[in-house]
Amino acid sequence: MSGLSVKVGGITMKNPVTTASGTFGFGPEYAPYIDLNRLGAIIVKGITLEPRPGNPTPRLVETPAGILNSIGLQNPGVEKFIEESLPYLSGFDLPVIVNIAGETVEDYAGLAAMLERAAGVAGLEVNISCPNVKKGGMQFGSDPVMAAEVTRAVKANTAKTVIVKLSPNVTSIVDVAEKVAEAGADALSMINTLLGMAIDVKTRRPILGNVMGGLSGPAVRPVAVRAVWQVYREVKLPIIGMGGIMTPDDALEFILAGATAVAVGTANFVNPRATVDIIDGIENYLAASGVQSIHELVGAAHNNSI
Amino acid sequence: MSLVVNAEVVEQNEVMQGHFRLALNAPEVAAAARPGQFLHVSCGNTYDPLLRRPISIHTVDRQKGEVKLLYRVAGRGTALLSRLKGGDLVDVLGPLGNGFTLPAGSENVFAVAGGIGVAPLYFFLQELSGLKHKATVLLGAAAKEQLICVDEIKALGHTVLLATDNGSTGHRGTVVELFDLYARLPVHSCGDYNPDEEMSGYVYGCGPAAMLKELCAAVRENGFSGEVSLEERMGCGIGACLSCACKVKDGKGGFRHQRVCLDGPVFPVEEVVWA
Ligand SMILES: Cc1cc2nc3c(=O)[nH]c(=O)nc-3n(C[C@H](O)[C@H](O)[C@H](O)COP(=O)(O)OP(=O)(O)OC[C@H]3O[C@@H](n4cnc5c(N)ncnc54)[C@H](O)[C@@H]3O)c2cc1C
Ligand SMILES: Cc1cc2nc3c(=O)[nH]c(=O)nc-3n(C[C@H](O)[C@H](O)[C@H](O)COP(=O)(O)O)c2cc1C
Ligand code: FES
Repeated sequence: MSGLSVKVGGITMKNPVTTASGTFGFGPEYAPYIDLNRLGAIIVKGITLEPRPGNPTPRLVETPAGILNSIGLQNPGVEKFIEESLPYLSGFDLPVIVNIAGETVEDYAGLAAMLERAAGVAGLEVNISCPNVKKGGMQFGSDPVMAAEVTRAVKANTAKTVIVKLSPNVTSIVDVAEKVAEAGADALSMINTLLGMAIDVKTRRPILGNVMGGLSGPAVRPVAVRAVWQVYREVKLPIIGMGGIMTPDDALEFILAGATAVAVGTANFVNPRATVDIIDGIENYLAASGVQSIHELVGAAHNNSI
Repeated sequence: MSLVVNAEVVEQNEVMQGHFRLALNAPEVAAAARPGQFLHVSCGNTYDPLLRRPISIHTVDRQKGEVKLLYRVAGRGTALLSRLKGGDLVDVLGPLGNGFTLPAGSENVFAVAGGIGVAPLYFFLQELSGLKHKATVLLGAAAKEQLICVDEIKALGHTVLLATDNGSTGHRGTVVELFDLYARLPVHSCGDYNPDEEMSGYVYGCGPAAMLKELCAAVRENGFSGEVSLEERMGCGIGACLSCACKVKDGKGGFRHQRVCLDGPVFPVEEVVWA
């Protein structure tokens, strides 16, 4: 095992870098630019039981050092995903983590059951934190009791690693993390996007077709690092950290705050090779600082804080 | 085959106020590019502005390994781009998108451009004249001084018709009105004159959304067919994020979303569903 290898629940990743759901499609989109086999894992676009058409346009607006998106979980539905996308991904030496979203607890249970039977799925990332859907989504993520209920429903229907993705749009992310951990989650990922909006002063109208959207990119990084820091102190589960990671140093910041792995999202739009550039950079950092294993760095900043 | 390359600026000229032609040294991109495709262009090295900007490929010189862009300064990203000088490096991703189809037979071909929409059509018209196929090109702008590429397109051997909002040259009114007037003429541009035969043809359109919507209606009313290049705000530019959705007919009376960046930017006139 190389010094970069990490474990998230039952998933062994050859390095700590994965992709943030919704920013990396189902994989083939980035294959012309990077070797997918280099990734520690891939987290694919959010999947629902039935196909979803997504929200009206504009779905994206650039904001200072960030973007707001309101894609609305457009996806082909779980059956098509299993038929069309999983076989492609199975051709790689790459743990596949499927991001799932639902409007009811039963939806999540159903998705978990269907994916449990599908070959080539290493784990589920349970999206209880999407700000872009009217029902479900963030409502589950902002209520610790509901979040725990969704977690239990998913765990009851799968033996695969269950990662619960937390929303920053809450009063206490630690409360949600604790309840989700009690309900049996194997790992946590954080953060999903921050609810935001933008208005065009010329037309005097909200810019996004869906009015509100989720903020991501470098602008949110300090919020995300703080979330990882707080949860790492209270909950003993591996964390996949994300939110504005653009460079190897950004990724290391999350690891030092307590993340075992990191996901690269918006950065892929700026640099389609961002994931591999970050993997190379982390490797160089370890070599240059004489650190044998990335594990020595996980949460290391906590030891240095007063 | 699409690539990410750090291309050197060969030169950049202001062709008209606020409009720039940027020549980049990018041999692999030039070799792979087809008319109607675009580049996703990084406009700076800081996080603000963060995203790349989609700009059509205006023309290529495969011998010299050059790709040219023609763009209008529309905001912060394009303003930053306009400051690039020879020798500077620009990070570009491409060529991206499907591009225009080239006509298979000898049908009448029309190219209709509103404003900067002429940028990708020029590349198309170059390839077309390489195939010895002549088109009728309709260009529209607010005023005479704002028409671009008129002489270059004439030099390719195509017929050029102009429309300006203020009537300073050509038809006074929009380029779509001009197309509609022209399409209703009872003559056939080639072959024997037959007063009963209606003119038909294939239309390539590019320009602002409002213009393209009208153009699609005019194309269909006149029994023509064709294809248009759409614009939508983009994140990744390569089909991964689903930001750039547009609506196309699903064949069942409804619509489905497609990605302007990967499934387009060029879509058949008959398929686009306008809001
Ligand atoms: C496939 C395609 C090809 C294009 N080709 C050309 C071309 O050849 N020449 C040219 O002058 N322009 C072209 N455009 C439009 C060009 O992308 C925009 O003018 C440019 O993105 C504006 O960026 P900005 O930072 O200057 O403006 P801002 O308004 O500050 O941009 C803010 C954000 O909105 C996006 N945006 C603004 N206007 C548009 C638009 N019309 N289309 C898509 N995104 C937009 C920007 O990319 C950016 O993310 C093309 C657009 C598309 C989709
Ligand atoms: C365009 C876009 C689509 C997204 N879609 C999803 C999704 O389907 N499911 C999900 O859990 N998160 C989704 N996210 C959130 C990201 O996975 C990630 O949590 C967030 O963007 C923060 O990371 P970043 O700043 O590196 O992008 C999406 C983000 C973006 C920008
Ligand atoms: S811009 Fe990302 S899918 Fe088109």
